[in-house]
Amino acid sequence: MAGEKDEKVFSRRDFLKTTGVAAGGIAGGALLGGFTGFKFGEDQSEGDSAETDTGGETAGGEGESGQALADARTYISRQEDFAALAAATERIYPEDDNGPGAIELGVPYFIDRQLYGTWGTNGTDYRMGPYRPMSSDTHGRQEKMDRGEMFLMGIRRMMEYAVEEYDDEFVNLDGEQQDEILQAFEADEVEIDGMKSAAFFSLLRSTTIEGVYADPTYGGNRNMEGWKMIQYPGPRMGWMDQITAEEFQEIEPESLRAYQGGGM
Amino acid sequence: MATELDKVDVVVVGMGWSGGIVSAELAKAGKSVVGLEKGHNAKRSDYIGVKDELRFDNRFEIMQSLKGDTITSRNEIDETALPIRTMKDMQLGADVGGASVHWAGASYRYWPYEFEIRSQTIERYGEDKIPDDMNLQDWGITYEEMEPYYEKWEKTAGISGEQDPLAPERKMEWPNPPLNETPSLKLFKDATAELGLHPFQIAAGNMSQNYENPDGEKLNACMYCSFCTRAGCDFDAKSDPLATVVPTALRHDNFELRTRANVRRVLYNEDDQRATGVMYVDEQTGEEFEQPADVVVLAAFAFTNNRLLMLSDIGEQYDPETREGVIGRNFNGQYNSAFHGAIGYFENEKWNLYMGAGALGAAVNDYAADNFDHTDLDFIGGGAIELRQYGFGAISSSNNYPSDTPSWGAEYKKQSLKYAYSALHIWYTSIAMSYWHNYLDLDPTYKDEYGDPLLRATYKFGSNERPIGEFGVDKCVEIMEAMGADIVEADPLPDEFDHVYAGGHYTGGVVMGADPETSAVNSYLQMWDVDNLFVVGGSAFPQFGGHHPTPTIGALAYRAAEGVERYLEEEEQLVEPQTESSNA
Repeated sequence: MAGEKDEKVFSRRDFLKTTGVAAGGIAGGALLGGFTGFKFGEDQSEGDSAETDTGGETAGGEGESGQALADARTYISRQEDFAALAAATERIYPEDDNGPGAIELGVPYFIDRQLYGTWGTNGTDYRMGPYRPMSSDTHGRQEKMDRGEMFLMGIRRMMEYAVEEYDDEFVNLDGEQQDEILQAFEADEVEIDGMKSAAFFSLLRSTTIEGVYADPTYGGNRNMEGWKMIQYPGPRMGWMDQITAEEFQEIEPESLRAYQGGGM
Repeated sequence: MATELDKVDVVVVGMGWSGGIVSAELAKAGKSVVGLEKGHNAKRSDYIGVKDELRFDNRFEIMQSLKGDTITSRNEIDETALPIRTMKDMQLGADVGGASVHWAGASYRYWPYEFEIRSQTIERYGEDKIPDDMNLQDWGITYEEMEPYYEKWEKTAGISGEQDPLAPERKMEWPNPPLNETPSLKLFKDATAELGLHPFQIAAGNMSQNYENPDGEKLNACMYCSFCTRAGCDFDAKSDPLATVVPTALRHDNFELRTRANVRRVLYNEDDQRATGVMYVDEQTGEEFEQPADVVVLAAFAFTNNRLLMLSDIGEQYDPETREGVIGRNFNGQYNSAFHGAIGYFENEKWNLYMGAGALGAAVNDYAADNFDHTDLDFIGGGAIELRQYGFGAISSSNNYPSDTPSWGAEYKKQSLKYAYSALHIWYTSIAMSYWHNYLDLDPTYKDEYGDPLLRATYKFGSNERPIGEFGVDKCVEIMEAMGADIVEADPLPDEFDHVYAGGHYTGGVVMGADPETSAVNSYLQMWDVDNLFVVGGSAFPQFGGHHPTPTIGALAYRAAEGVERYLEEEEQLVEPQTESSNA
């Protein structure tokens, strides 16, 4: 892909540092818009040429590979919370030779949208007390907080922990340091009021992977790049003609937008 | 105050396989029947165009919301139970069609041995074989007696299968031939045959061809689209009540279906020991109704059947201290301890595992029931070893990576992409027993949205679970090695039940049997204590069999429908109780 090499030179860390500045109130909407696409500034022209190469369902609005994501948050208000979340998702599902990572796939926006809805507000969960969030390791979710609050409190604790342990903002740390922080959360070594840090990490991890591979209509898996990497073809009427095939069938993915075909 | 409605012959609570079958049969017999379903009036078009892994597999779209009502769970009798709060931790069926709308379709009959497991175990191995903690019970019905009901259900459902070489010879062919054989299934069959085992294609509630059932309902050949388990079928190609018994019942004017009808009590006259009807809330308006009936049929999920009896104060609640009482006794289920086996990772194979059907699979039954000698084994019963090709979505396939790979980060990404379609999982569908310490009752703390107590499950592993689990894992490892996997990993067995009610196989609590001291219902699922109350469904299993439960639930519902019809004529207890036997 044209421009790929240049993109890697401009590291995620540099990029997130820059958006950290943005969060400080210096830059305006244009910079924020360039955030998850990570191709702003000097890489802009290269980014544009990469986009033409991958094409995809741009007309359907599924996001264009390599392009800055023209998207907005509807749940996570603070830019700095979102930047830290984005950085954490990229560590969980990083860009590599196989293809894009969580940020380019739109995963932070996927998570933001999930948290805004029924799932984020635990709308189908049993929500009556008494709550005993810390009393059992084996009773699933017992937190008083809903998932949206768990995300916000978890991200903010992660940011606080970065300053405590590394004396710098989470987004400014290098990948290995960010991993160490995530590992501490995963190992349940960090104290957070009302939940176990492992519970937050498990939520963060599973939601990130969902954002990579869920249908692009949810806001992640941009341009079906997640499905392309894992060679998943998406929803179809059926596989009657291929079900007994000996060879692996490599099939260009189609999403729910194509499968439903509108229908208003 | 509740509005009292006109009396009908039969009121049926719940509209899954059990309620659907009973409704269809009694409607056909000309009885006036009202079916009450707590959930929505689901239709086929609810499942068209919505093939969406996140929505159905991860957000559990068609499972029962736990918002207003769940269960609480604990391991020990002296422990404080906590509520199961999310659908990730418990998936109950909801809406018209019940759990069978989202079932996968694996269709096994239980074995002759399993229906008479107590007497046959004693006969072969002596009474000492049965551990002290186990309430091992005969079902009060034999395989021979069950066979015509199995046949009835299999024809209604249009099951696609072939003769299992180790099962009793079938009097009736499967209604449809088996599903297609895929390369991964062939690998399993070749390897197990090589080991001297007896592989066969799993009988499936997914149509191998177009089919018309005896009621005239038409089902279509399965397209192998993979959106089966946890999803509804968009094509009438899965054996479910929406494609079969519900439309059959609705064809009769003497049947009426009311949805969003949440039954909260069985109305019970203690002096006469008769159920007089049910009280329900219309969940759309909040209005309360009383529906009087000559016969009340509880055909809801096992948890609901148990809880309705408890809330209505019908029958004697089981008490683990005295070990007396039958309601809530012998709560069992096939989850957590079952479905462990081995995963194989293959360097040079890649299968089309994103294609499939719920019950597309192969199995061996060499280690099922008492098909193998248990003399030197420290457990009772068995199960099938299965390989299934459900058809996996992308989120699910991203979980295929060897256990020494981290679960996130660069190495995770690399390995999960590599093995997404190069990993196979086989497992043992082991039997699940009942024990004196596992039971259901009402929780003292947590309430539902109306202020009624939640059902409380007390459940821990008994003496059978770990030994049978370890045995199954060993056998699966052996088979997976024979299949040529480059990396073979044994599934870790849990030390204790972890309160994850996955899979939907929770049963018992209102169990059937021949003896009213150890069972709540007779072999027609008619209550011993209340002649005009039938409690139908998985709640009747005295212990779980070594296979998926649905065909047995379907067959028992046909038996119960016959019982209700007989009761409406004879108006008495249909079975003579035997009180001498089997008090474990």
